[in-house]
Amino acid sequence: MGRYVARRLLQMIPVFLGSTLLIFSMMYALPGDPVRALYGEQAIDQAQIAEIKRSLGLDKPFLLQYWDYLTGLFQGDFGTQIASQQPVADVIADAFPITARLTIFAFLFTVVVGITLGVVAGLRPDTLVDKSLLALTLLLISVPSFVLGYAFQYFFAFQLGWVDPNVNDPENYGQLLLPAIVLGSLSLAYVARLTRTSIAENLRADYVRTAVAKGLPRRRIVGVHLMRNSLIPVVTFLGSDLGALMGGAVVTEGIFNVRGVGYTVYEALSRREGSTVVGVVTLIVIIYLVCSLLVDLLYAVLDPRIRYA
Amino acid sequence: MPEALDTSAKKLPAGEPATVPVPVDAKAEKTRSLWSDAWHDLRRSPMFVISAVLIVLLLVMAAFPGLFTGASPRDADLSNHYLGAPNWSHFFQADWLGYDGQGRSIWARMVHGARASIIVSVGVTALVTILGTLVGVLAGYFGGWLDAILFRLTDVFSGIPFMLGAMVVLTTFAERTVWVVVLALAFLGWTTIARVARGSVITIKQADYVTAAKALGASTSRILFRHILPNAIAPVIVVATIALGGYIAAEATLSYLGIGLAEPTVSWGIDVSAGKDQLRNAPHVLMMPSVMVSITVLAFLMFGEAVRNALDPKMR
Amino acid sequence: MRGAKSAKWVAGAIVVALAATACGGGSEDGGNKTAGQPDGYVSIDVGEPQKPLVPADTNESLGAYVIKALFTGPVSYDAEGNLEMANAESVETEDSKTWTIKLKQGWKFHDGTPVTAKTYVDAWNWYANIKNNQQNSFWFADIAGYEDVHPESGDPKGDTMSGLKVVDETTFTVELTNPVPYWEYKLGYSTFAPLPEAFYKDPKGFGQKPVGNGPYKFEKWDHKKLIQVAAWDEYQGDNKAKNKGILFKNYTTVEAAYQDLLSGNLDMIRQVGPKDLPKYKQDLGDRAVDAPYAAIQGITPVFYSKQWKDIDPKVLQGLSMAIDRETITKTVLNGTRTPAKSFTPPQVNGNQDLDTDVFTYNPEKAKQLIKEGGGVPDNKIFIQFNADGGHKEWVTAVCESIRNATGVDCVGDAKPDFQTDLEARDNDQVKSFYRGGWVADYPLNVNFLRELYWSKAEANNGRFSDEEIDKLFQQGDNAATLEESIKAYQEAEKVVLEKMPSIPLWYYRINGGHSENVDNVNVDFHGDFVLDEVTVK
Repeated sequence: MGRYVARRLLQMIPVFLGSTLLIFSMMYALPGDPVRALYGEQAIDQAQIAEIKRSLGLDKPFLLQYWDYLTGLFQGDFGTQIASQQPVADVIADAFPITARLTIFAFLFTVVVGITLGVVAGLRPDTLVDKSLLALTLLLISVPSFVLGYAFQYFFAFQLGWVDPNVNDPENYGQLLLPAIVLGSLSLAYVARLTRTSIAENLRADYVRTAVAKGLPRRRIVGVHLMRNSLIPVVTFLGSDLGALMGGAVVTEGIFNVRGVGYTVYEALSRREGSTVVGVVTLIVIIYLVCSLLVDLLYAVLDPRIRYA
Repeated sequence: MPEALDTSAKKLPAGEPATVPVPVDAKAEKTRSLWSDAWHDLRRSPMFVISAVLIVLLLVMAAFPGLFTGASPRDADLSNHYLGAPNWSHFFQADWLGYDGQGRSIWARMVHGARASIIVSVGVTALVTILGTLVGVLAGYFGGWLDAILFRLTDVFSGIPFMLGAMVVLTTFAERTVWVVVLALAFLGWTTIARVARGSVITIKQADYVTAAKALGASTSRILFRHILPNAIAPVIVVATIALGGYIAAEATLSYLGIGLAEPTVSWGIDVSAGKDQLRNAPHVLMMPSVMVSITVLAFLMFGEAVRNALDPKMR
Repeated sequence: MRGAKSAKWVAGAIVVALAATACGGGSEDGGNKTAGQPDGYVSIDVGEPQKPLVPADTNESLGAYVIKALFTGPVSYDAEGNLEMANAESVETEDSKTWTIKLKQGWKFHDGTPVTAKTYVDAWNWYANIKNNQQNSFWFADIAGYEDVHPESGDPKGDTMSGLKVVDETTFTVELTNPVPYWEYKLGYSTFAPLPEAFYKDPKGFGQKPVGNGPYKFEKWDHKKLIQVAAWDEYQGDNKAKNKGILFKNYTTVEAAYQDLLSGNLDMIRQVGPKDLPKYKQDLGDRAVDAPYAAIQGITPVFYSKQWKDIDPKVLQGLSMAIDRETITKTVLNGTRTPAKSFTPPQVNGNQDLDTDVFTYNPEKAKQLIKEGGGVPDNKIFIQFNADGGHKEWVTAVCESIRNATGVDCVGDAKPDFQTDLEARDNDQVKSFYRGGWVADYPLNVNFLRELYWSKAEANNGRFSDEEIDKLFQQGDNAATLEESIKAYQEAEKVVLEKMPSIPLWYYRINGGHSENVDNVNVDFHGDFVLDEVTVK
């Protein structure tokens, strides 16, 4: 077990290097000059631009810049923003908890509601309940999140007045509720469908029949035997989904005025704040890698047949 | 990842192995391959029929927009600025769905917008399928260091969130035509297919008929193309058709964010983004393209579902 | 409302669940809710400044708002854009080359140290030094000895500009390299503000916690959320704050800010978003603010392109007449702009009636002029714009107007963002036209002509070059007095109209509003609210 985890952690290093290099090179290739753009349409001062770039190391060749970035990163330095001159670490530390909160909120919503719906439908395959769940999830998947966001905002906030249309205080969970639901709805649909399929499939499995034959109470059959086996594909999906949720927050955060990672990246991208974009994406990649490791370890818990050497 | 754990790849149904895919219109009931079986099922699925009709309609719209409307999506008349609320009784005329902020016929823009969505989604799906299958088959069949390298590469790409990645890639292009968007989405999207293909190749590699072919001295390329690929492709097709709808939504989302397609290309995403500012004033401008995107995604999704159900009876 | 309660209850349950999960990533600054604002303070939607709060490092409107509250320079402008003395008692010159600036007595910085001639001279020397990477350093380029601290290349020769001399405690002289009759107008830009001694100990920390000499003193900067400043009791200037302080609140969308304005959580909004523009006057009634300001937008042909290289200006005049400015500003732009009638906005000194029909929609004459001028090469034009700035709508409308009126095909050439747009302009890669805008640095016609159409001006991205115009500008710069200089530039503008280095489209307006809690909300020539005058009801 320990060796397995160690090996997986070692495998993360090339992935980590690869993804930072990928994003870093893309940022490098972007047209536009962040320092020059600070001057906007007004008169510009070439000598000053050159000096600012030199002091930030932006005049160095690409690989050298990447090397500087990496060595900085290993000393815990994410770089400095060009315009605000704030450490990127501070910028991320400001934005990240907000998105984390939103994402975890959305994630919990996805898990709780999605699995419940899936179990309810899966236990009664091909009934009206099951069919309407299928229709609902299909609809959720096909409506893009920006459309859903505006629709929900318009309906629940403006028409019904149940919730605030915008998030002004990212620590108020009441305000985060709507964006979290919008953010989580796509995953919710997937989770519900996966659970439903898996439950329906396992319902016909031998071990369930055996359990029924043994006369075990239905609650125990569903709660222990069925759930434990049916959740494996769901857990796989959820593991890869957390990172995607954070990435998808760009749209949701924009609609609901949440000042999280998505907003930060969007802004940093249009201002060519390379180190900020690379920093955020790197962080999400790490989260993704850690989550997929956790998922694999969870298998062992869910499925006793799996052992790690 | 331990091979046994790769559950993301759906295992093939334990049907009899077919070495050659039978053309879908084959009437031969005798062969009863996976494909003819699937076709047999599909024809009876209402979901398939509805979605197929919708998709054909969209394809025709994309190819020959002139059949649906005589109005140009570009011609603007500012005297129509938002005045034209939908005139539901004027079926398929220029003012049927009203006018947008520039005084352009919304119906004409909906019809002409189909092309961009279809090209992007079909283009991306085709590229992703080719690239993903290639990587997946190579990694799955040869294993070893090739697998290790290709799979770290897959990890690199799948760790980067799709939307964020697409935003960065697309910003690098000054001119964002339909093809640029196709390339950008394909560049980031191939990993799912690669995983699925790899998983299914690994399962098939151990099948008796592959061992038999090897024992008979078949060349690697023959084994790959005659035995492995035809059998491994079913789950790939399932994932690809479902993903197709997702790419339509992705294009619309990126265009909505202002990073996808740009005018003068007509795209529903662009129209949603233009319409969002008029939510209070002229909601139909936002609604029409939103509905169009949603219906199109839904059609492809249902199509994918139906194909999946037919190819993978276990899922039913 | 029952719904709201149950939503909160669900949320509460989830909070408990969240607290139980380990990987919560919670933030440290708990407890501090921004529900209300301190008594007597007013709030405005001014987002996160791009740069640290140092006067010479701030050139965008958000940071400028805060800098203006914290610092007071030697002079300022009144609502009509006329010059008035602020921290200076007088600014005088005999020859437009050597200027004497006398400061008012008794002024202090917020930390209690006095504002002296030396604090000005030291600050200006520091701002101009290339090593200090101040964005507005070139504003000091008129001063003699500027190239010593700010060379074109290489390290600076010294720390001081020879043109700056302290005469006594409150007097200093400035010698310019060349006479600039309108130099005192430039002084109103907030870049010319003084700095206290404390600044030089820690310039970096100062940018996060500035100490100025303005009507407000800095309280706190909660990054990406708000900046809070308090009225300063000991302020000596005429523009002493009539409220107790200001909250500059950051919103990610104008829609969110507007919602807050309607619900009373925000006092002032600078610009209503396009979504709410059609209805904001109904929503706000007499609390809506709709005022013009000194900024202009146009489309500029690039004279390095094959298309416009040797073009007859008649063609450009024809294209100008093919644009239906009236209808476009009313419909697509929702009244956020006023059709342009010249190359300078009405709020600047020297704006004049050009007595021409070049800016009036006239499809017949447009066609005729284009034909007389030999037609548009390729019969197709492009208008380059940045897709992230809300320009797409009007570019499309302008294009359609030209296409309908003249038959010349016209399409927008969208660059994904401002950065890409600027790069194409700087590198002479614009295909045909680009969208150009100019906001007044100082309220003089000079600013809208010399900076844009002088052959060597940095912002002249159309690379327009005309000897006659250059000569006329030079005459304006050599004029003995400000009045004569303005007149000379007015003459130059008449020639500019004949040469058409760009097609002016419209002047900007501010479309904002305020809440019921505040009163006396006025707009300056720059389109900014005059915050110190705002009163709380």
